[in-house]
Amino acid sequence: MIWEIIVSALLVMAGVFGLVGSFGLIRLPTTMTRLHAPTKATTLGGGGVLVASMIYFAVFMDHYSFHELMITLFLFLTAPITANLIAKAYLHRTERPEDLPPTGTDRGWATYDASADPSRRTDG
Amino acid sequence: MIEMALIFAFACFGLGLLMNLWRVTVAPGVPDRVLALDTMVINAIALLVLYGIWQGTAIYFEAALLFAMTGFISTVAYARYMLRGDIIE
Repeated sequence: MIWEIIVSALLVMAGVFGLVGSFGLIRLPTTMTRLHAPTKATTLGGGGVLVASMIYFAVFMDHYSFHELMITLFLFLTAPITANLIAKAYLHRTERPEDLPPTGTDRGWATYDASADPSRRTDG
Repeated sequence: MIEMALIFAFACFGLGLLMNLWRVTVAPGVPDRVLALDTMVINAIALLVLYGIWQGTAIYFEAALLFAMTGFISTVAYARYMLRGDIIE
């Protein structure tokens, strides 16, 4: 009974997070704010479904597997990387370095450095 | 009780998939479309795992794992293409 409640609560929570993430993708005003909703809320939703599935198969089907933890780990590792790459592509496509807010240090935004650009690197 | 929660989660992720499809078709720029495709992959993984619970089989985890890997690789390839106009230099 208690496991039923836990699995159901995880499934409902995951569904709400997934819906909020996808709704934020169409509701939020700019691309940089829209990056937040799917990369955080939807990833948590997917993770919730995977953990619920792991508990369900372990408790009700007597089938222990850690595939789900592997998928959860993979999703949690890759979500920040994709968000970083999309944000970088957006910055390079639409913003100029002069229009961005100051970094607070004597160096500029790292993504515009010549050393971060392989095509302009001279040391190979 | 688990059946009700499963149906609720199915409805949520299905609706989310429709919203992502709307964002893929109507978007102000290419990065938004790529972001919507990435979210579609995560929602599809969640739907696959939910279907696995519904059917009571563990077969769908392999499909979900493959989806996670190919989704990540394709998003990275799209981001490279947006940055450089080329994927492998």
